[in-house]
Amino acid sequence: MLDQPIASRPSETDAAQGPAVVRFAGDSGDGIQTLGSEFTKSSALSGHGFMTFPDFPAEIRAPAGTTFGVSAFQIQIGGDRVKTHGDAVDVLVALNPAALKTNLAALRPGGLLIADRDAFAKRGLEKAGYAANPLEDGSLDGFRLEAIEISRLTREAALPEGVTKKEAETARNFWALGLVYWMFSQDRAPTAAWLKSKFAKRPEIAAANMAAMDAGHTYGDVTDMAPPPRLRVVTPSSPRPGTYRTLTGIDGMVLGLAAASALSGLRLHYCSYPITPASAILHGLAKLGGDGVATFQAEDEIAAATAAIGASFAGGLGVTGTSGPGMALKAEALGLATAAELPLIVIDVQRAGPSTGMPTKVEQADLNLALHGRHGEAPLPVFAASGPGDSFETVIEAARTAVTYMTPVIVLSDAYTANAAEPWRLPDVDALADIAVDRDIDPEGFHPFRRDAETLSRSWAVPGMTGLAHRLGGIERSSGSGHISYDPDNHQEMTDLRAAKLTRIQAALPPAKVTAGADAGRVLALGWGSTQGALKTAVEDLAAEGHAVGHLHLRHLSPLPRGLAEIFALYDRVVVAELNSGQLRAHLQGLFPHVSFRGLNKITGQPFTVAEIDAALREDLS
Amino acid sequence: MNVINPDLAAPDTDAATELTARDFTTDQEVRWCPGCGDYAILKAVRGVLAEAGRRPDDVVFISGIGCAARFPYYLASYGFHTIHGRAPAVATGVKMANPDLDVWVVGGDGDFLSIGGNHLMHALRRNVDLNLIMPNNAVYGLTKGQYSPASATGMRSPSSPAGSVEAPVNAALLALGAGARFIARSADTLQDHLPGVLKAAQANKGASFVEILQNCVVFNDGAFEAVRDKGLTADRTLRLEHGQPMIFGKDRDKGIAVDWQTGTARVVPVGDGGPVYDVTDHDQTNLALATILARMDAPDLPLALGVLYHAPADDFTVQRGDAPGRVIGRADLTGLLAAGKTWTVGDADVA
Ligand SMILES: Cc1ncc(C[n+]2csc(CCOP(=O)(O)OP(=O)(O)O)c2C)c(N)n1
Ligand code: SF4
Repeated sequence: MLDQPIASRPSETDAAQGPAVVRFAGDSGDGIQTLGSEFTKSSALSGHGFMTFPDFPAEIRAPAGTTFGVSAFQIQIGGDRVKTHGDAVDVLVALNPAALKTNLAALRPGGLLIADRDAFAKRGLEKAGYAANPLEDGSLDGFRLEAIEISRLTREAALPEGVTKKEAETARNFWALGLVYWMFSQDRAPTAAWLKSKFAKRPEIAAANMAAMDAGHTYGDVTDMAPPPRLRVVTPSSPRPGTYRTLTGIDGMVLGLAAASALSGLRLHYCSYPITPASAILHGLAKLGGDGVATFQAEDEIAAATAAIGASFAGGLGVTGTSGPGMALKAEALGLATAAELPLIVIDVQRAGPSTGMPTKVEQADLNLALHGRHGEAPLPVFAASGPGDSFETVIEAARTAVTYMTPVIVLSDAYTANAAEPWRLPDVDALADIAVDRDIDPEGFHPFRRDAETLSRSWAVPGMTGLAHRLGGIERSSGSGHISYDPDNHQEMTDLRAAKLTRIQAALPPAKVTAGADAGRVLALGWGSTQGALKTAVEDLAAEGHAVGHLHLRHLSPLPRGLAEIFALYDRVVVAELNSGQLRAHLQGLFPHVSFRGLNKITGQPFTVAEIDAALREDLS
Repeated sequence: MNVINPDLAAPDTDAATELTARDFTTDQEVRWCPGCGDYAILKAVRGVLAEAGRRPDDVVFISGIGCAARFPYYLASYGFHTIHGRAPAVATGVKMANPDLDVWVVGGDGDFLSIGGNHLMHALRRNVDLNLIMPNNAVYGLTKGQYSPASATGMRSPSSPAGSVEAPVNAALLALGAGARFIARSADTLQDHLPGVLKAAQANKGASFVEILQNCVVFNDGAFEAVRDKGLTADRTLRLEHGQPMIFGKDRDKGIAVDWQTGTARVVPVGDGGPVYDVTDHDQTNLALATILARMDAPDLPLALGVLYHAPADDFTVQRGDAPGRVIGRADLTGLLAAGKTWTVGDADVA
């Protein structure tokens, strides 16, 4: 049943200017991620909108040629609408049989498959578990197969540069890159420049790789290897004027934390214990190298959280970051920070669980832990970043909230956002608001739980300050003196105060807003975190067809923004899409018992595709 | 305007002449059991703080959970009573944020050796400039008397009614193994000894680990006979002094001779005022000697008290270059954001 007639869906040919999805796949040793980042850079410089998704194996050094050693990199390029790394792949480059085997399912029917014919010899086929050569047995008839002797052609192009045979062959990823550059009319110069500086000490290697890239490019030209018709012209994007860079979710966190430090004038103390995928934040901050940003590799996640609390107690900006299992270990420390009312930022780059789960794969299943995972009543703000650029903003907002309200704040990211990259417009640093730190404290009548009437924040006196010595701790405090108190009424009062802080935070948050699609109607698609791009794309497509569907994405999961009940009332149904079994949905159903919620859930370790969301929303719309 | 004293490291000489133990005493009622050894330790700590002359505003006490961990409430400095076992980690964070503070960490044997063993080990190995004092009562006091990692094998307790089968940990030896550069031992009852040890610990720039044998009158009374019984102490303990021969006994008639070949110590008689060539001199910088001293115990050997080992080295925050004033400014931030490859759309300035 439909409210409105639906316009026919755009067909493949209509979308002749649609964005293109390219996937490079090969062995971990084939330099696939390098390929990906070079193609990304070139796409950016050509003015494309993009979103990338690296998909590397969990094994550090998997045996060459095996399916579990396959590394892949996917990118969607095109106009402003590109919000995900793309569902179905238009062009798949497979550098060996294992890469073909593990990535073929992603290729759309009729899609272009470029394979290195030379790698499909007996040994490679056996390792990948192929009984017959798929390039020859007709099993790929549904695709446009281009089986090219990439290894041989690379060798021929690279050898004259004075490298060994082996060195020449390792350049075949650049041969493939050159071919793809030709297909999308992209500039090779930035990659050539990168090769020159990367191999400054071995110019012959740089030359060999460049020769391979040029050879691939020429091959495309000579054979006129056109991209699939619908991709001939990739929609150019028309971004806002400004200076851009490529940003991953990890970069967003790293730079956001550095910004929080600069805006607050507080030295940043990032305390962490290595864990995938959160480690990259530690690496990124460590690389900034002590210029006001201190990192501490603790002995475990408990020490990381408690050292960060100690740093905040002493007047720094204490931050701790981790993933899944590490988050479980921090629970007790979060209770301490809540009771002591100290600022603390806790970043959880979620990964698939339970237990070790699938460390490199995405999931949003730590939401319950973030919202409720503490002993006693320990409410604290929980924010979620919806993408790389949003990670920057969210973590700054978390720091502002932590300092303004004297509270720990959890920031949720995930394995998808962490590694995905998008173009990011550099913010005007001068326009970023200060994070005010009030250290102008009157010793007269001071006690540590004296509060600001508006924020309910206690004053942040720190060791070294004259006349303000005080004792904090996890034992309940008298609201009037800060001394230990077992008084029943006082415990009720302090419990209420800790909860009331969240109400004050909520009052200061922007109200909830529908950001895509219809403002009212049949279905509201609600999400949080990294599902943003897929949800927005699906909803915009459906709305363009005339469907009464809207999209609302939550950054603030606790406290929730105001105005949700009013918005929910404008739709027949709210579909809560999340990469777990329904944690936010259950939470909302408890808070809004009369709203009709439906869950759109997936827990495969993979992000949503636009098609999945589209199909699910259509069910609710019909 | 109330600011952090920029000159925290410099001793406040005016105050040094004026401070007394009272200046470090809070209005909080001390809540240990009457007769608990912690009272004597608290008294010694207050006295040492007064003498050292650091402003109470520059002193921080961090503790975990346990009877001993209540220390911060009774000291009129900054204090943080944290969670069980994690005090060394919290204190490491404090020190990174402000290396100029005089930071003390207090925890019982359960706090430091059991749940917090990991953090103790790492604070020691990193040589964080902390004064880590561990009242060791060889029992879990606060939770009502279960055996602890320091309890003697065979100890009967609510959780070991048939006697614990576990071997106790030797705290000093553990600290040595962790790479500690200052290890000392004293006891609650030894008011002529404990303050000196605490003073030396405070003076050391780096992690200073002090085990203080402490009597829990309620759950493990008399556990440390050698230091409890005034009649026995002189014969059952050895007071170490750097560079001096290791002589002990009521009549100072016994000495410790170390056999370097076997790494063992034995008691040798010392004639009345006669030569002491058999007796080994204490050398607090000698790791091998410290190992031997840490293991000495009844019945054959006296318990070594004092500074067992002291080999100073740069502390953690010095090595890291931590400084509270170092913050990135907005100008630096602009550069950080634009690091790497950028591209420009429209006529915006190229970063
Ligand atoms: C996570 C956690 N586990 C257990 C406890 C309970 N607990 C509090 S103090 C303590 C042991 C105290 O023994 P010790 O550290 O030797 O200190 P003492 O009380 O003897 O001075 C225990 C087990 C706790 N507070 N927190
Ligand atoms: S239980 Fe033991 S350690 Fe605790 S206060 Fe009483 S005597 Fe002291």
